Amino acid sequence: MSNEQHEVILSVNNLKTYFFQDEGTVKAVDGASFEVYKGRTLGIVGESGCGKSVTARSILRLEEKPGRIVDGEITLLREDNSTIELTALKQNSRDLRAIRGSDIALIFQEPMTSFSAHYTIGNQIIEMIRLHQNVTKREAKDLTIELLRRVGIPKPERRIDEYPFQLSGGLRQRVMIAMALANNPRILIADEPTTALDVTTQAQILDLLRQLQEDTGMSVILITHDMGVVAEMCDDVVVMYLGRVVETGPVDDIFHNPQHPYTRSLLTSIPSVLAEPRTKLPTLTGAIPHPYNRPQGCAFHPRCSEFMPGKCDHFTPHLQALDASGIQHVSCFLHHEPVAESAEHIS
Amino acid sequence: MLAFFIRRILLGIVTVWAISVISFIVIQLPPGDFVDAYIAQIASTGGVVATETADQLRSQYGIDQPLPVQYVKWMSRILRGDLGVSLEFRVPVREVIGDRIWLTMAVSFGAILVTWGLALPIGIYSAVKQYSIGDYVATFIGFIGLAIPNFLLALILMYFGFKWFDLNVGGLFSAEYRIAPWSWAKVWDLIKHLPLPVLILGLGGTAQLIRIMRANLLDELHKPYVITARAKGLSETRVIMKYPVRAALNPFASTMGYLIPFVVSGSIIVATVLSLPTIGPTLLRALIAQDMFLAGAIILLLGVLTVIGTILSDLLLMWIDPRIRLEQH
Repeated sequence: MSNEQHEVILSVNNLKTYFFQDEGTVKAVDGASFEVYKGRTLGIVGESGCGKSVTARSILRLEEKPGRIVDGEITLLREDNSTIELTALKQNSRDLRAIRGSDIALIFQEPMTSFSAHYTIGNQIIEMIRLHQNVTKREAKDLTIELLRRVGIPKPERRIDEYPFQLSGGLRQRVMIAMALANNPRILIADEPTTALDVTTQAQILDLLRQLQEDTGMSVILITHDMGVVAEMCDDVVVMYLGRVVETGPVDDIFHNPQHPYTRSLLTSIPSVLAEPRTKLPTLTGAIPHPYNRPQGCAFHPRCSEFMPGKCDHFTPHLQALDASGIQHVSCFLHHEPVAESAEHIS
Repeated sequence: MLAFFIRRILLGIVTVWAISVISFIVIQLPPGDFVDAYIAQIASTGGVVATETADQLRSQYGIDQPLPVQYVKWMSRILRGDLGVSLEFRVPVREVIGDRIWLTMAVSFGAILVTWGLALPIGIYSAVKQYSIGDYVATFIGFIGLAIPNFLLALILMYFGFKWFDLNVGGLFSAEYRIAPWSWAKVWDLIKHLPLPVLILGLGGTAQLIRIMRANLLDELHKPYVITARAKGLSETRVIMKYPVRAALNPFASTMGYLIPFVVSGSIIVATVLSLPTIGPTLLRALIAQDMFLAGAIILLLGVLTVIGTILSDLLLMWIDPRIRLEQH
């Protein structure tokens, strides 16, 4: 995605996060590359277990043992136009902690378990503000009330003293968003922010996120398995399968001109109001392979409708520009031939 | 919250009453009574007790009456604050227990402080650095601590204390203060004697509590809210101490109530070995002699302490965990 008109704020290059377990190594993220543009929303989509969440956590260096980033670069453009290499920093180092919650903030899927039940929401947000801004307790409290009002929490001056378990799921996710916005982050990573919510609340939360993005001009990385959410929210899309990026491009190209067989089958699985009633949705055949048992060659070949024997199961495809414009990238032998030097011959 | 508290107090009173009935029955369970035990004791030294004397003793102490009557008499005296007279020592129970109960509390309290003071940090370290060398060392020492009986530890420490440091290791007081009235010098003497028994009594519980703390914290360490805290940019120490440790403290608070009677009753052998003037050995002796008023009073006292401890731990739990506090409305 060498898109000239937009400024790259975060670039992830060949990221590999592996989990070293007694049973074997799980390559949760295995060479993911993508770019996040200023003021735009990037959607990362894929089935569960494709490495979306691990990618999101790896960006903030929140990967947990036995997981470790083994390779790749994550380059962040800072406010003063300098760049910083996040994979070079030590986990929990001072430099990294200055970025967490300040430059890049994170929203999780389950707002109930993502808050501590032992402290009021006010306590947890004020802590976040005072960690990165030099303000008094009083000022931080006022800021918190303002934030809660901004995300649409009624009576924020009272809610601030309540505990997370006293709020409904939708309100909790709003509080989560308020906390993430506390230090005006330039990038917001939302990891399945609506998955745990009911449909009406989902729509409200997505509206809120879009509104806040318009107001602040921040970049958003939206991680989801829901193509509907992608269509509604995103400017750019990254499609992941088994820890690798299989296709990237602007949302219109991905939806109207999908190139990878996996992207196509994901798109056909969106229910449509125009469809005949009581017809079955097309489903992807087979299941995601066991993480210890990754297929050779292109990891998608056992489930692929356009599997080419001798090619897809022997060589590993790499992400390459679809055409000269360089807008859309795809990793599939339908679009490029195995290259002797870059492909690893396995058999 | 007030209603919850009042309910707890009422339940506590009912529990204490039930304890009094059961302890009274249990004390009467062994065949014979105090007079039989007394006769046997006299006989073992070659003396003889006449039947009339025995009957006289029985009617004097009221132990010839039916059990329910005895119980009611006993309880009504206790409610008036009179614990009765020790049959064996022939002095009021209050005097026999007297200082012993406070010394017991001092030793128990010290032991609990040692237990918590050691178990909390070691447990946290073991969980955070799971499978590190430090964790294995703590686990190893912990299991040894669990496996060695306290009294054996007491004997070993007494031996080395005597051999290497020339310490006078038995008891809680030096000889000159043993029967002296309370004074600052005596308190200082007590403080000097406390560490050894407190350490010995504390260590057994410590090993257990390290395991509990480690397991609790391991459960909490990978919960999403910990990642949230890290994603804020908090330092690792702040993250762990403020969030998962707080959540892992719940079981600590809820077991506090049982610690007091556990330390008291579990310390009988240690107290005997170390010749501590605490309540444990007295209870043992009273039970052997079938000194029902003394034994009954001690068991009742332990029961009351347990109930108070449980109520305190409930309050502590409410203070620690807002979910418990707020769901009582």
